[in-house]
Amino acid sequence: MIERGEVANSWRRERWDSFRLLTPNWQSRLPGLAYEGPDPDGYMTAKEVTQFVEGFAALTRAPVRTGTDVTSVRQSDDGYRVTTSHGEIACRTVVIASGACNLPSVPPFAEAVPPSVEQLTPYDYREPGRLPDGGVLVVGASATGVQLAAELRRSGRPVILSVGEHVRLPRTYRGRDVLWWMDASGVWDQRHDEVPDLARAKRLPSPQLVGGPGRTTLDLNALTSMGVELVGRWAAVRDGHALFSGGLRNVFSLADLKMERLLDTFDAWAGAHGPDVGPPERFEPTRVPESARLRLDLRGGEIGAIVWATGFRPDYRWLDVPVLDGKGRLRHDGGVADSPGLYALGLPLLRRRKSTFIHGIEADAREVIDHLAGHLAGREAGG
Amino acid sequence: MTTTVANGVNVQALLDAREALKDAPEAAQFVWRASSTWRNGVHSTTTVKEFYGLGEERAHKSEAVFDADHPEVFAAEDNGVTPIEYLLVGLASCLTAGVASVAQNRGIQLRSVEATLEGAHDIRGILGVDPDVRNGFNDIKVTFHIDADASKQDIEALVAQSQKRSAVFDALTNPTNVTVDVA
Ligand SMILES: Cc1cc2nc3c(=O)[nH]c(=O)nc-3n(C[C@H](O)[C@H](O)[C@H](O)COP(=O)(O)OP(=O)(O)OC[C@H]3O[C@@H](n4cnc5c(N)ncnc54)[C@H](O)[C@@H]3O)c2cc1C
Repeated sequence: MIERGEVANSWRRERWDSFRLLTPNWQSRLPGLAYEGPDPDGYMTAKEVTQFVEGFAALTRAPVRTGTDVTSVRQSDDGYRVTTSHGEIACRTVVIASGACNLPSVPPFAEAVPPSVEQLTPYDYREPGRLPDGGVLVVGASATGVQLAAELRRSGRPVILSVGEHVRLPRTYRGRDVLWWMDASGVWDQRHDEVPDLARAKRLPSPQLVGGPGRTTLDLNALTSMGVELVGRWAAVRDGHALFSGGLRNVFSLADLKMERLLDTFDAWAGAHGPDVGPPERFEPTRVPESARLRLDLRGGEIGAIVWATGFRPDYRWLDVPVLDGKGRLRHDGGVADSPGLYALGLPLLRRRKSTFIHGIEADAREVIDHLAGHLAGREAGG
Repeated sequence: MTTTVANGVNVQALLDAREALKDAPEAAQFVWRASSTWRNGVHSTTTVKEFYGLGEERAHKSEAVFDADHPEVFAAEDNGVTPIEYLLVGLASCLTAGVASVAQNRGIQLRSVEATLEGAHDIRGILGVDPDVRNGFNDIKVTFHIDADASKQDIEALVAQSQKRSAVFDALTNPTNVTVDVA
């Protein structure tokens, strides 16, 4: 196992100060290692996740070569040649487990933002005090965006949140963590070969959830109540102005309807299985602002900083095997890449809806490694 | 399910096109065209016939002619609807087409789909009375009345999905680069 940094590098280097997992502690489980602390319903800080992953590395005696950067992987006669910062390795198979979120995605019009406004990605952001004075425009209303918007607003700053399509969820439903429902009802186990539109499902943004004491819901209504101003999806920069979509109502409707369908699924499952839960709940529709701004003068001083919470993407600049599609995404079927002996883990909906979560990789890994073992044994494994 | 529903939309053809164009972005490039002629006053006539798509020049079965003018309260002859009203025509027809297509795809039989549209327009903008008032619509409100074999929630989802996939909804809610040249 080759790691450019240290074990649990992404949790050490790529999270802001107040970060907590949005998955509850009891869900942080790796093969043979479960959370055993006093607060199974709590949410780990980045430091706790680091310790958890370190504990797993020690438990499994994982042969990790840390401080070793993979700079190239290319095909050879009988497998792959891996070039690292510490020399070359020849191998018959390679598993790409370099993560789905190496680079923050930022739209191209970021270049047109006037230089007087500081721009940050979630990987630059640490805490509100480090931002320049003034208001903050947070772009993107998925997990990262809603969390940072709330934290910035609480620090006393004016915050504008630009909202595109998003996934709304209550923190708890019928007395249980909503992610308990995702797990128990089987939604998270839906397989890649069962999901009706796999390409779309892979693009699904992270849910509007935050992990913290009190298990509070952090949907757009909660943000509105805190005084965060909502605007539509940021579409373009023109003459130093940000132009926002006028389609805000519809992204609210889409998210409200999608949440209701999911809650219906939970209710149907509960009806059939009789778990110990409270009565069904329904939530207030997302409140539409009186009149959402369509443009914002970026030079006027109202905004001192922009935080791009517009998602992440993997970095494959080191991968010299022709397995990327036109958009730079890895072509693979359930983690089996389009080149014999090349595999991937930890990508969105690799094999299941839970594939990108800490606890979701185990089942994928078993199946992918089965295939890999078959490849090494010279047989064509199925699936 | 879908086979028993007849909304008159060939969803299979649309799904096939979506599949075929996945790896052929060039073929997906369309150019829609219109040409207009000034008549008199603020009256003009615009015709639409030819367009480009799937790699070649194409044409509608017949040419369509649209008269645009201003109403008499604008001291005009009212030979046709106001240009900005054509935006409502475009939006209504685009969203309605979307509702029918999505319904077909989801196996929902439609019995009737009616929409009423209202565009709130402060004409002080175009008259140059107040520079803080914009020229275009301040707000557009669309109200659908849909009778279909589906729950209220499913009907709302149809309408939401139709907006999500609508060309005119996008063109109205998002900025578009417009170049106007004199040849
Ligand atoms: C902001 C954020 C919040 C998240 N919150 C949650 C959550 O609440 N709950 C949850 O279950 N999941 C969460 N996730 C998802 C989480 O990242 C995954 O669950 C899990 O960490 C993926 O593990 P991984 O090992 O596949 O990838 P990573 O943790 O990204 O590990 C990949 C490793 O590969 C190394 N690497 C990359 N390229 C190279 C190279 N060229 N050479 C050598 N080494 C390399 C990196 O340094 C890194 O250590 C979150 C992700 C993000 C980005």
